[in-house]
Formats: sequence, C-alpha cells, structure tokens
Amino acid sequence: MSTRLATQGRLIDRSKPIEFTFNGTRMTGYAGDTLASALLANDQLLVGRSFKYHRPRGLVASGAEEPNALVGLGTGDRFEPNQRATTTELFSGLSAQSQNHWPSLEFDVGVVNNKLARFLPAGFYYKMFIHPKPFWKHVYEPIIRKSAGLGQAPDRELKDADTYEHFYYFCDVLVIGGGVAGLQAALVAAKSGAKVLVLEQNAHWGGRAPVDGGTIDGDYPEAWVEQTLAELSAMENVTLRNRCMGAGVYDHGYALGYERLTDHAPGQGGPRHRMWRIRAKQIVTATGAIERPLSFAGNDVPGVMLAAAMRDYVVNWGATPGKRVLVATNNDDAYRTALTLHAAGIEVVRVLDTRETGGGALMEEVRALGIRVECGRGIAKVKDGKCVTRVAICAQNGQGGAQEEVEADAVAMSGGWSPVVHLWSHCGGKLTWDDAQAHFRPDPARPPLGADGAGFVVAAGSANGPLGLGAVLSDAAEAGAKAAAAAGFKAEAKPAAGVAQDEAPMQPVWLMPARAEIDLRMKAWLDFQNDVKVSDVQLAAREGFESVEHTKRYTTLGMATDQGKLSNINGLAVLADSLGSEIPQVGTTTFRPPYHPISMGAIGGEARGEIFQPLRKTPMHDWHDANGADWEPVGHWRRPYAFVRAGESVKEAVSREILNTRQNVGLLDASTLGKLIVKGPDAGRFLDMMYTNMMSTLKVGKCRYGLMCSENGFLSDDGVVARIDEETWLCHTTTGGADRIHAHMEEWLQTEWWDWKVYVANVTEQLAQVAVVGPKARMLLEKLNAEAGGGMDVSKEALPFMEWKDGEIGGFKCRAYRISFSGELSYEIAVPASQGQAFWDALMAAGAEFGVMPYGTECLHVMRAEKGFIMIGDETDGTVIPQDLGLNWAISKKKEDFIGKRAQQRSHMVDPDRWQLVGLETLDGAVLPDGAYAVGSGVNANGQKNTIGRVTSTYHSPTLGKGIAMGLVKHGPKRMGEVIEFPGTDGTVYKAKIVDPVFYDKEGEKQNV
Amino acid sequence: MSDPLSALPGARYAGLATIEESGLQGMITLRGDLSSKTLQKAVKAATGADVPSQRQIAVATGGAAAWMSPDELLLLVPYDEVEQTTSTLAEALSGEHALAVNVSDARALFSLSGAGAREVLGKICPVDFDPAAFAPGDFRRTRMAQVAAAFWLDEAETFHIVCFRSVSQYVFNLLKTSAHPQSRVGVYG
Amino acid sequence: MLILECPYCGVKAEETELHAGGEAHLKRFGPGSSDDEFHDYLFMRENPKGVHFERWRHVTGCGKWFHAARCTMTLEVFGTYTAQTSAPPQEIRDAITAKRPGWSWREFE
Repeated sequence: MSTRLATQGRLIDRSKPIEFTFNGTRMTGYAGDTLASALLANDQLLVGRSFKYHRPRGLVASGAEEPNALVGLGTGDRFEPNQRATTTELFSGLSAQSQNHWPSLEFDVGVVNNKLARFLPAGFYYKMFIHPKPFWKHVYEPIIRKSAGLGQAPDRELKDADTYEHFYYFCDVLVIGGGVAGLQAALVAAKSGAKVLVLEQNAHWGGRAPVDGGTIDGDYPEAWVEQTLAELSAMENVTLRNRCMGAGVYDHGYALGYERLTDHAPGQGGPRHRMWRIRAKQIVTATGAIERPLSFAGNDVPGVMLAAAMRDYVVNWGATPGKRVLVATNNDDAYRTALTLHAAGIEVVRVLDTRETGGGALMEEVRALGIRVECGRGIAKVKDGKCVTRVAICAQNGQGGAQEEVEADAVAMSGGWSPVVHLWSHCGGKLTWDDAQAHFRPDPARPPLGADGAGFVVAAGSANGPLGLGAVLSDAAEAGAKAAAAAGFKAEAKPAAGVAQDEAPMQPVWLMPARAEIDLRMKAWLDFQNDVKVSDVQLAAREGFESVEHTKRYTTLGMATDQGKLSNINGLAVLADSLGSEIPQVGTTTFRPPYHPISMGAIGGEARGEIFQPLRKTPMHDWHDANGADWEPVGHWRRPYAFVRAGESVKEAVSREILNTRQNVGLLDASTLGKLIVKGPDAGRFLDMMYTNMMSTLKVGKCRYGLMCSENGFLSDDGVVARIDEETWLCHTTTGGADRIHAHMEEWLQTEWWDWKVYVANVTEQLAQVAVVGPKARMLLEKLNAEAGGGMDVSKEALPFMEWKDGEIGGFKCRAYRISFSGELSYEIAVPASQGQAFWDALMAAGAEFGVMPYGTECLHVMRAEKGFIMIGDETDGTVIPQDLGLNWAISKKKEDFIGKRAQQRSHMVDPDRWQLVGLETLDGAVLPDGAYAVGSGVNANGQKNTIGRVTSTYHSPTLGKGIAMGLVKHGPKRMGEVIEFPGTDGTVYKAKIVDPVFYDKEGEKQNV
Repeated sequence: MSDPLSALPGARYAGLATIEESGLQGMITLRGDLSSKTLQKAVKAATGADVPSQRQIAVATGGAAAWMSPDELLLLVPYDEVEQTTSTLAEALSGEHALAVNVSDARALFSLSGAGAREVLGKICPVDFDPAAFAPGDFRRTRMAQVAAAFWLDEAETFHIVCFRSVSQYVFNLLKTSAHPQSRVGVYG
Repeated sequence: MLILECPYCGVKAEETELHAGGEAHLKRFGPGSSDDEFHDYLFMRENPKGVHFERWRHVTGCGKWFHAARCTMTLEVFGTYTAQTSAPPQEIRDAITAKRPGWSWREFE
C-alpha cells in the first residue's frame, strides 16, 4: 500500500496539515504537498481509469509528464476537468474527482472494453464504424460520446468565476527552467549585465538536483540552489518567476509564460493566471529531461512508477507507493532510487538490470547494502489488478518465459532519459540522435532562427543531452554565456563544480523482454493515457503506416493531453523496429506549443465580460439606452434598431417610427457614419480615382452621392460627398466603412500616388450627426432658431436639396446637409461630439409639438427600401458591381480611369446575363423571406433547380401596407410585371411580381421641398 | 451652445495606479511637411512647443506637440482656444500643402499615475515599459488590447493616454481591470 | 509572431500592430491594358520559398505602409524600407545578397 513515511519530505511542512477531498472522501495532506503526493500518502494509489479500456491507473510520474492522474478540480463555476494531480499544489478545501469511470472509480462498467481489448486494436474506430452509414449518427456516435472523452465539460450555464490577464515583457535573455542548469545559465548571463527573466513551472526551484544528490561547489545541491537564488534575486537586472511555465517558443524570440497566480491559494483575489507575452533576444531552454518507462506487460498497473518519480515522492514529500519495491532499469540512475528507498526504510526486493554486465559505482553501492541485483534480467509481467502484487522475472534477451515470481507492491522502472526538447523544437530547432544515451537532443548546429537569421535558442543542461551533474552545470554555464553574447553582452562561462558518481553506459531497451510474445506485447503500454500498446504500433506498421505522423494519428499514440511526453520515444523506437528502420530515420512527431495544457482563460486574458470586445458608443448612446433602444451591433458600434415603448413589440415600434417620420418628423443618430476630410491641390483628382463619379467638378457648397469600388470592380462603399472649399472635400462613408475607406484612401496615397498632394483626416468621431427627417423637419429647425433668436436659414431657397451650409441652429454651431436617405425632407446636422447630447435634447424638446420621435436603423432600412435606395451589405456582397444595381448614372463616362473601371470592362462584368436589381412584390402582400432564391426552369448538373435571382432586402412597409423587396434577377429590368417563384425553406413557394424598385414617391418630390 | 461634455466626465479609479479622465483637451491634427520652416513657426505659435523629433512629445506652457508620423503632429492646446488656434494655424499654412483639423471631441484623454502605471499599461500594450526603454517625453502610438491608442509619459511619471471617444468606456474599463489592486506584477521596481 | 521595424517611426513592431498587405512592387494596370495584363496584375502573385518582398502597414502605430524583404522559409528579415518606391533600394538588395547569394525574384519595374 502507498503511505506517508515518518521521515523525509523536504518540501512538506508537517506542522501544517491540509484537509481536502477526493471523490468525496475527506483526506489530509501537508502544506507543500501536490495533490499527487497527498493521494499517495492517503493510500489512494488508484487515481483514474484509462481512456479506452478503462483500466485502473495510478501515478506514473511526479511532474507535468504524468499521463494518468487527471482529475476534475473544484466545483460549480470553478470546476475544471483534466487537471494533473502532479502539478496541482494542495490547498485547504481542494475537491477533486477522478475521471473516466462509471459508476465508480473502484467499480467501472467500461472495464468490459479491457476484456474486449483483443477486438479493439489500432484503428478500430476507423475500421468498425464506417458501415452502415446511418448508424454513425444515430447509434455509434451517441454511445461513443458517452463512454469516451476525458473528464466532464464544465456546466454550460456557468461562467468561469476567475479573471485572467496578459503581460508584455521584453528581456535580453529568457531562461526557461529553474533547475540547477537554468539557475547556472541565468547567473552567467546576469553577470554580463543582460536583462534576464527566469521561469520555473514549479513552486520550488532547483529541479531534480536536490533529489538526485551529488555536490555542487562542495556542498549539497540544495544549498547551492538557495545561495544562487539569493544572488540572482539581489541583481537588479534579473526577474525570477516560479509557478510560471515556459509554454511555447515562437518566431522572432516570442515566448509565452504561463503564470499560475492563485491556483495554489484560491480566494486570494486578483487574476488566476497571467500569460506572459515575452520578447527575448535569446532564449535558454533549461527544461531538464524526462525518464522513459519500460515497455513490459502490466507496466500500467497502479504501483508501477518511474524510478525517479518514486525517488521524488520519497525525498520531496515523504510518500511512497509501496513498502516492497522491485526496481527494473537499463541504466545507472535507477540505482539512486534503490538507495533512496533503502535509506527511507523501504525494502528493495530486487534490482533487475537489463545489462548483462550491470552498472557502475552506483550498482556497487546498492549491492554493498545487501540488495539483490540481477543483471541481464527484466520483467516478464506484472500481475493485472488494481495494485502490484506479483512480478514475474525473465531474461531480458528472451521471449518472456518466467524464471521466477516475486512479491512486491510497487515497481520502479527506468528506461533511460529523454531531454525535454519541446521548447527548442517549437520554432523549428532540429534534433540529433544520441546513440550513447538513446535519445534525441537539440542539434546546436540547427537552432530556431530569429529575425536576423541567427539562432535564438540555446539548450542548457540535461535538456541539451548531458545527464551528469558536472556536465550539466558546465553545459549550462556555456549556454548562459552563449545567449548573453548573442544578445550583445560579454559573458564568462564560469560553472559551479558539480560532482556526482560516474555512470556506466545505458542500454537501449524498447521492449521487455526483447522478444516478448504477442500476449505480453498486448499488455505492454506505450501511451498510458490513450491506451496504446506495443502491439498497436506494430499492427500499424504491418498495415503500412510508415510515417511517424500517420502512425500517431492512426494509433492515437501521443495524442492525449500529455502529448506523448512519456510515450514518444518508446513508440517510435517500436515503429522503427517494426519497419526495420533506424530511429533517427523514423524521426519524431512535431512538437507544438503549449508544452503543457494551459487554461483558455489565460489565452483570452482580460478580454471577457464588459471588455470582451470594444463597444463603440456615440455621444447620445446613454440617452438611447434610457429610452428603450433595442440595440443592433454594427461593427463595434451599437446602434438603436428601434426605440421600443412600454407595451410595444419591436416590430410595432419600427412601424410607428416609420409612419411618424413619414407624417411628422423623426430623429436618427447618424453619428456613426464615416466622415473623412480630403484636402490638397490634388484632392479632386484623387477623389475622381476613388469614386466612380466625377467629384472634382462638384461645386463648393454642393453634395453628391458617390460610389466606391475595389480594384476588381465590386461595389465597396457609398455615401454623400460635400465640397467644402477649393481644396477640401468631406466624404461620408457607411458606418462600417469609415476606418476601411480611410485605410483604402491612405493605401492608394501612400503606395501608388505618393507624389500627389493630398491629406486625409478621419473626423468621424469629432462630430455628432443627427438626421432630422420628415415633412415637419423644417418647422422643427425654424422653431429652434426662433427660440435662439435667429440662426441658419433652412428654407428651400437658402439651403436647397443636395447642398450644405455652416452656421448655427438653435444656438449650436453646426454644419447642415440637405441630404435624404428616406425620401423625406431631411437635414443631416453635424455638431461637435461634446455638444451632441445637448443638441439632441434641444431637438426632442422643440419637436414635441410636431410629434418628434427618435427612430432606429430598422426604420431607416425600411424607408430607404421604400425609396429603392441600395444598402451596402444588403444589395452588395463583394460580387456585385454598380451596373448590377442600375447605378450607371453614378458611373462617370468621361473619366479615363477610376479604381475598378478596368475590372468592370472584363468579359464577365459586361455579361448581359448578370443578375440585376429590381423591385419585388408578392401577389398577396406577404413578406418574402430574406435571401430566398428565385428558381427558373430546368435543373443544374447536380439535379437542383436552376436559380435566376435572389432577394437582397425585404420588409413589411407600413407606409404601403404590404411586403416590399429588392432582389437581383437575371434579365430583371427587362421582365417587369413577370411573376417568379421563390421557394421558402418551410416548403412554401412565394410568388412575386417584378416591379420598379422605387415603391414610394417615384418622382422624388417629397425630399426636394 | 451648451456646456461641452468630455467623453467620460469624472471617471476615476484608484488601484495599482490611478486612472482619471482628464476632461476637455484641445487637440489638433496637423498634417504637413514637418521640416518646413513655416510649419515649425506655426506650431510654435500655436502651442509654444517646437516640432518634436520622432516618437517624442515637446511640451511647453499651455501646449504641446506630439509626433504622430513623419507627416503628422498632434497639437495640444487649451480647449476653449482650439477653434481659434486651428483657424490661425490653417491661415498661417495657407501657402503650403497642409491640413489642420480640430479633433478635440473625437478623442478621450486619461491620465494614469502612480507606481504601478508602467505595469498597468504593460498588460494591454505590446510595448517595453522598462524605464530604460520608455522615458518621460516619449510618445507612442500602439495597440491597447483591441483598439488603437497613443500615450506619452511626463516628468512626474504620469502617462497621458489618448483614445477615440467612442471607445472611452472600453479603455477606462480596460485600465481599471489592469489596475486591479491584487494583480501587481512587480517587475518595474 | 514576426517583428518588423517600421521605417517611418522606428518602432520594432510586433505583428499585432501590423497589417499584412501582400506582395510588394505591383505595377498597376488600368483602362487601356490588355486582359492578360490586368488579370496578372489583379490575381497573379509570387509565392516563393525564400526571398520575398511584401507590403505591411503599421496600422495601430503611425499608420504608414512600408515594405519588408524577408525569407518566407526562415522568416529572416533582410530589411524594411519605404513604400514610396517601385523597387527595393540597393542596400536592401545588398543585404539579401550577403545572406542569400544568387537570390532572384520577379523582375522589378
């Protein structure tokens, strides 16, 4: 059984017990525990069930590489699935639930899959669920969805209660990893004067060294770590962050740090996670190495653990998975575990060393303690169950014929060490195969390249290959010096002296025993989380999967949330062996960031709630909000769709607004319309290029409606242009077009006609603009002027249609435009934004006697449709040219050139079969469905009815008391009076007559009064 | 005319740093040839300040000139004089290709002061706020979370932040969130 | 995420401040051009593995368009330069030659 030891535990504080629950059971741990060590101390070896076969699973590792111990953490709005017990610091009140089992962890129905394992080989899902086709949707998928998947999704009704943030940081040298290598590299770099940031994913510094022993500068590694930390902390140019994982390395020195601020102390307040968005001139990856499992039958039984992890649990947290441990290894390092266990009073029943000649000094030390070491031996099989009970021993070089069975309650395994090369590889750093250590390590000749074409990542310590303490420190010192030098500093690589015992060469072991029979291979796990076994990879190879990337996806090897940290090398070694190839030839799969899963919250940062996205507000926004505005998003703006009164539906409000504006007077907040000032000696010439119409000939004081196209001819924006003075024009754009058209103008000015003398300024937000619309609009303005004791003459004679004037209305300095998008008498009046609300208030007050009402965008839309005016985004969709919309009158024939002119001469653009704008009227007055297609005779190649047109705008017109619509129809203008059919999505077929698109006041008398 | 309203009158928050809406500020966008003697003279007359060098702000009594781009300045003048100053400026530059336009109401202005100011901005702008990299007198246009913004640092270590009026509430909330009292990063002293 | 130095304001801007604008040094064809010329101008673009010339705009910064010469494979930046030119300046060409001897691109105007 697993238990807490009376001694050891350098990271725990036994004076501070901490209560927590696991699957509802109350347990106690200590301050400094991880959830994993606390579970171990509470005899909770069984932590979960595997993904596919639902086999019982225990802790295998002690860090981020842990594949099994995934739990659901927290409750309610703080619940999070798939959290690693090994990277979860224990805190008071922690509540964890194990995953992937039903009804309970101890008894799981899904384990039946285990019995069926023989019938669930690699690619099973691909092979099985293809036929019959309908079964997938109705039978297979629902069942698979219920039984598969990791953890539970959080409640969709609940929002994450925590907050998150980003932080941009710039440094000369970023050191990722706060073990002895990272600290050594940081120290060397910092002494050169470089600005250094050091990230450590764990709460504690020093990495493995304090557990692994040896000496640094003649003292315990822990003492050196403490002293070096103190030295670094005292340096102004150094920033140290623990609980902050280097998550990814990207182009041009960009790196992400994932800082967990309150995971260990919930309720502390402030953001939970902080994403560091770092730009470093150089990055040192001192990310250490990860021990590999050995592939033997039953290597997934709870109690089988990586040898170094077992050492960690004993030394760091005083916890052990068992009292009688068998050690299996192919290298010297696992002997350290035997020594540690022995020192802690745990019986080491046997050390099995696959090497015929065994190990070096460490082995001798173990033997001297009376521990039995057997060379050339391995594990044939660990007996299945919820914990280790018996281990069968065999010759490593055989097929698995057991020579002996021993009793043990835990197994420590070591298959050698693989450098953590993820961060080196994220941005293109290449690897080289090291035959002696049987691992991939960074190839210093092929680093990730930065903006200057030179390498910007340096691997340090065991992340670079060296495994001995002395070699690690000197490698790290050199890495620190190299990084500092590349960042422009002069550094001296003076390493601390690390001393550890010499080790004998390791022996690559990819299968234990080497020629294991199929029944053993089917129980020899490679990927614990995704249930991929040696036999699966071998099957994939036999079925022709030669590429490691394909094999990964076919077998799901390395596709789990641990991304193959334990399984990768073992898996591709098996693949290489099956293919009769060499490991370096097979290569690795691609390492992608993040190194370890990070929260979605951290990625989103501050962007949630009210600052999820910028909301643009006009100066009258708050008034609208207080007066019933039903908001409509228009880009980032919010515009009132309608002003809804008590007891009224939105639809009723729209009708009321339309009728009132047509009969009395309405106010529209038009502040969002783009307003661009274009000035300069070449401004006229420039606008002639921008617009399809002639703008250079516009007279001062006059307005003209203009169209803008993209270079490929399509209609892009429209609006009224006013000539302000000889050299100055003011161009109105659509609400969504202001920034886009400003950018469009700047682009042509800067990159094509840079010698033209034109300046553009975007003054959209300087002005609040109000459209005063309706037959009583002039009366309203005249009353305002009367109240103010005079003002701008707004009569037809003084300010005729399509002219503008500066002056004062109601005492407000303004510019008034006689333009109309409704067909009514209309003034658009611009005042400074700071006066917008006051001006609006004045209009509302003075207008009361005329029945003034504000109106929203839907009213605007209906009124413009009644008049047959097009709307960018309704009648246009990026494939429509002005000629399609009957706007030839707005396309200058005199101009040699304008943006889009040449494109509009292309064969498809002049095709008489292009769909063209018409009005549509249903025979019964009903409203056509928006976007509906008209069908003609015959069918296309797919057997679908041929389409001959579509609806672009459709409304109920309260003015006319019937449905009106506009649409694009093939040969439309030549087919006036014809009835065409629009099948709806509900089975109804709508019949509509082709009519003139101008439904209301065809002569345009009302706007010109 | 009625009393003009700034974008977010009276908005204030004190956390890691203190954020305050600065009220009405006269602002003029001036586009033209920054090397022109006439323009330099006109800028001096309008603001009391010289034409600033690249990414700098030149501050004088009652006015300032900030470098927006190689052919654009942002002039700061008293709000109640801005229209007159804009006209005078336009008059002075009538002989050359230039554009002066009053943009006071198109913008919001915030101040951000206190020890945490650099950090607060460091959470939302991809800019190096190390004192060695960003010093008083520096002026920078950049991205602030999801919108464009500009700011400068004065001698009292106070940032002055300019954004568009329509997003003033967003920017204020953004600064407020970043200045949460328990979100100190602790890297700038 | 790239960093490009804006040649107008000197900011070493990260990509989130920038807007990518596609291939640089296009020659505009307007009315009077042949169908083929116009087609190529509108649609045909270089897609090299290696040296490339691009347009970028410092969109949340000074707002100016500029040109960048970079390697599409390694993302090495050879230099950035003004947009007011129809061909890369000599010092940019020299910088590329120093790193990629024998490089070629389409003809400049």
